[in-house]
Amino acid sequence: MTVNTTKSTFGSGVKDGLPYIVVVIPFATLFGVVAVEAGLTIAQTFSFSLLVIAGASQFAALQLMLENAGIVVVLMAALAVNLRMAMYAAALAPHLGSAPFWQRMLIGFLNFDQSYLLSVTRYEDQPLMSVAEKVMYFLGVALLIAPLWCLFTYIGAIFGSSVPATWEASFILPVAFLAMVAPMLKSPAHLAAAFVSIVVALVLTDLPSGSGLLIAAFCAMATGVTVETLLESKA
Amino acid sequence: MSYTQSEIWLIIGLMAIGTFAIRFSFLGLIGTRRIPSLIERMLRFTPVAVLPGMIAPLVLWPTDAINGVTMLHIAAAIITFSTAYATKKVTWGIAIGIALFFGPNLVELL
Repeated sequence: MTVNTTKSTFGSGVKDGLPYIVVVIPFATLFGVVAVEAGLTIAQTFSFSLLVIAGASQFAALQLMLENAGIVVVLMAALAVNLRMAMYAAALAPHLGSAPFWQRMLIGFLNFDQSYLLSVTRYEDQPLMSVAEKVMYFLGVALLIAPLWCLFTYIGAIFGSSVPATWEASFILPVAFLAMVAPMLKSPAHLAAAFVSIVVALVLTDLPSGSGLLIAAFCAMATGVTVETLLESKA
Repeated sequence: MSYTQSEIWLIIGLMAIGTFAIRFSFLGLIGTRRIPSLIERMLRFTPVAVLPGMIAPLVLWPTDAINGVTMLHIAAAIITFSTAYATKKVTWGIAIGIALFFGPNLVELL
């Protein structure tokens, strides 16, 4: 392992993260605007993005705070939105588990949708990567996106209320997720998993604080593995 | 919003600790031990298992929509998905989806 290869791996992480800027900047700005309008100070809004770095759960927490929900309810609902990241940690563990403890702490702190998605894809495409290269790639993605997330939250908080509510700017979220998922549907097993995820999530949508989504995800994973196994045994 | 300043800071602090605990979980506890192959296999499906279930309610029951879901929501969702699926490019899907959904507002501004 030379310094040069890890450096260039960091660079490819940054490069692969670039398209996600289109999502992160408007979304971070929007969080800043909404949080300040809801009554948080600029310092609180900025700290929220800096310490939590999880868009969907930050919006969920804000929504419940606007409804004056109890603190325990706010925390449970918003953290339930983040539970999927435990699965990300488990998916990253076989690749990064032998990295030094402090590096795993840092990766844990920066383990969000984009850094996880891009890294796992890269690790599977290039199985010969060393652990040090895998860490650098992950940090390349994360250290591009996380500072922008914080910076544009701050900008949004300062320029506050200029986006009219009638725009429904939060619709950027499903648009971004749809665009992210579509290219991942590479096989019948992936399609079946996505279908089950949608159906179960819609049926269980009234279950409290995101728990329906967790059940849907579990059913979808089981479906994906089953379909994949069946197709393999046929082939 | 009727929380005191310290209550807001408490929520932010506990969100930070809880989120870190979730994200670090298996990275910290398992270390170099291998995860059983069935679980590893299931985890490969996590993105396509979690994200579609997260998207569907957001499209059908948009949080900010005053009059509920409209043809524009559905059309933007379908066209975003089709574009990203056909091109295999995330950016194209997002660009076209945003242009379609927010285009009328942006045009009005000019």
